[in-house]
Amino acid sequence: MIKAIFNRLLQAVLVALLVGLLTFVMARSLPGDLAYRIAAGRYGYDLVGSAAAAKVSAELDLGQSALAALGRWFMDLVRLDLGTSLVTGAPVIDEISHHLGHTIKLSAAAILLSLLIGPPLGIFAGLRPGGVLDRGLLLVSTALRALPQFVVGLILIIVFGLMLQLLPTAGHDRGGHLILPALTLALGLAAVSNRVARDAMLSVSRSPYYTFGRTKGLSGWQVFLRHGLRNVAVPIVTYLGIQFVYLVEGVVVVETLFAWPGIGHALVHAIFGRDVPVIQGTALVMGLMFVALNALVDALCHLTDPRRAA
Amino acid sequence: MFKTLLMATTSALLLSSVSPTLAADDVVDIAAPFEITGLDPARSGDIFLRMSIVETLVEADGEGKPIPALAREWTMSEDGLIWRFSLEPGVKFHDGTALEAAAVANVLNIARGKPGLLSKAPIEAIAADGDDTVVITLTRPFTPLVAFLAESRAQILAPAAYQGADVKSIIGTGPYKLTSLEAPQKLAVERVADYWGEEPAIEKATYLSVGRAETRALMAESGDADYVFNLDPASRTRLSKSGKVELLSVSIPRSVLIKVNAGHDFLKDVKARQALSLAIDREGLAAAILRYPASATQLFPPSLGLWHDADLAPLAYGPEVATSLLAELGWKPGDDGILERDGKRFALTLTTYPDRPELPLIAAVLQDQLKEIGVELAINSTNSSEVPAKHQDGSLELALMARNFALVPDPIGTMLSDYGPKGGDWGAMNWSNPDFDEALDELTHITDPSAGESLRQRAVSIMQTELPVIPVAWYQQTVAVSSELEGATIDPFERSFGLKTMRWAQ
Repeated sequence: MIKAIFNRLLQAVLVALLVGLLTFVMARSLPGDLAYRIAAGRYGYDLVGSAAAAKVSAELDLGQSALAALGRWFMDLVRLDLGTSLVTGAPVIDEISHHLGHTIKLSAAAILLSLLIGPPLGIFAGLRPGGVLDRGLLLVSTALRALPQFVVGLILIIVFGLMLQLLPTAGHDRGGHLILPALTLALGLAAVSNRVARDAMLSVSRSPYYTFGRTKGLSGWQVFLRHGLRNVAVPIVTYLGIQFVYLVEGVVVVETLFAWPGIGHALVHAIFGRDVPVIQGTALVMGLMFVALNALVDALCHLTDPRRAA
Repeated sequence: MFKTLLMATTSALLLSSVSPTLAADDVVDIAAPFEITGLDPARSGDIFLRMSIVETLVEADGEGKPIPALAREWTMSEDGLIWRFSLEPGVKFHDGTALEAAAVANVLNIARGKPGLLSKAPIEAIAADGDDTVVITLTRPFTPLVAFLAESRAQILAPAAYQGADVKSIIGTGPYKLTSLEAPQKLAVERVADYWGEEPAIEKATYLSVGRAETRALMAESGDADYVFNLDPASRTRLSKSGKVELLSVSIPRSVLIKVNAGHDFLKDVKARQALSLAIDREGLAAAILRYPASATQLFPPSLGLWHDADLAPLAYGPEVATSLLAELGWKPGDDGILERDGKRFALTLTTYPDRPELPLIAAVLQDQLKEIGVELAINSTNSSEVPAKHQDGSLELALMARNFALVPDPIGTMLSDYGPKGGDWGAMNWSNPDFDEALDELTHITDPSAGESLRQRAVSIMQTELPVIPVAWYQQTVAVSSELEGATIDPFERSFGLKTMRWAQ
């Protein structure tokens, strides 16, 4: 156990270093003059000009070499300081913590919703392979995966916001604001997790121990609870780890569409404004989140797998 | 475990869906595309001004003429060098401190040290004379000064708002005070109790930055926002059929222009610039992309009454004339129809940016229209900052941009920074005309209105002939307002969301 924790910590440190280095190189190699881009991010395009760019350049010491800037970032990082945003002038850590809270809330709601939608439907489909539900789900899942999240989000806004007038369209000040962006992400996640659950259920239901459960006289529900659920849960939880990539990718699109002030939204703006410390900081936090979530998934697998528990 | 998860999610969703869907409260929710990037007036000062949190010494009326605001009146010395601004008595900042001349002078001196128009005015000193008079001394006569003081970056904040030259909080004098700020997206305001002017009817309002135009339109349609600023053409057409919102439109002092590098080998002859202009079917372009009649027949739209010259011969569409002008310059069609001269193809790069989503679309139409006369355009849709950056390093060929002529109510401020003898980041490039420079210079120190009119006509006519920039279209601002709000307006100078005049329908 201690070794596993140590490995994860080492992994986290390596991710931090690598992400810091890669995002720095990528942000610096993007086309365009850094000072002008930052000035455009700060003042908007009506007011960006050579005077504003010169002021930005002098204030931020943009003349220094890339190596010196990177070195300074690493030195700061050792002191747990992520630096200051070049656009807003606020400490990066403050910006990230503000955005991160919103993203975690959105992602957690999306994962929970997807678990509520995907696996139960998949399990029912797996119990009757080739049935109406199974075939219908395959169709819907394929359509949902094929549609960009942006389109799914717009459809949800039109149906629930405009036609039914049940939910607010965009913003983040009321609880109801969370539902549509979370549902947009959840539908994409559920589109895959229901297939994973369906296949797992099918393979479990055809296994000898499951058949034995039936022959010893347990009802369908009892055999599912005693011999099916935990076995089906393992691939779903494992797959959850893989889905975090989809989630992070989706968060960038969904946050922009729903005016949700999360880390994906911040990252997009930081890239436009060449706000290198914010790009580095956000990527770093996202990288560390990946490590942490994967560790969590490992732990969950460990807990749910009946073979390990035995 | 699964059961617990299920229950947790269900209860979370039930709890959150209890909140009312619509903004059925007494708060006016405003949605617009602009992000709040910081407290400094140079960054998001326009948002604080639009939300009526802060005020300037001078305001603008519907036609852009300077009118008193925090300065109740002003005088200029005979030599035009000393301006005295008397402050409105009894004005208090939101922290309860009184508006005093020393604080105002300090604020303006700080603003002058930052990028902005005030830094370009020939100011020698700004100082207080007693408690209620601010004196600005100039190095040369400069009549646009009064308009410069109306710029959002010259907003007056309380002494407690500053730490050195940095703004740490927004403490203004407006009828609304800031109650919460969640940069970069949201802020909320509340009416102050003892506002020096007329008390507005609306008590509370919020501002939400919503980048996507489709989202803004859907917020208007669903009632999630009460005042939605800057609608895209497609949404405007759809919303005009909705009974839930009212659309307000106004012509604004902003034009879509092609910035031309007049020093480029292909473009230095005025005939080449005129040919490009003649190749543009402005009416067709405006109808197809902007969906309202907005073809720019000259640089300034009619909303800029002082600078728009109704008698000026309009920029016309004439591809045949364009072709013959280019032939006079020695251009001949190559095998693929693109013009050639001395072994070089007439191929140029047009730089533009998607901050205004219609610009890349307009660029694509221009690409087609110019191809008709044998000019090949490559479109580079990139960050807006590339326009000034490429202007400075000399690599710009053509740029398609939207220019706001009312950064201060009088466009002279923008004209001086864009079309001075050395050109400007968002204006002329490698172009100058002594007659034009003289007219612009005289405009900065004359006070006689009729002399001003003839100088402006002279300047506009020179630009119409020489085309240092090629006007393409004029802008119209559209706002969707909830039918529950009355008295909403749009300010053509983009200085206010009109909170002061709104009220809830009874």
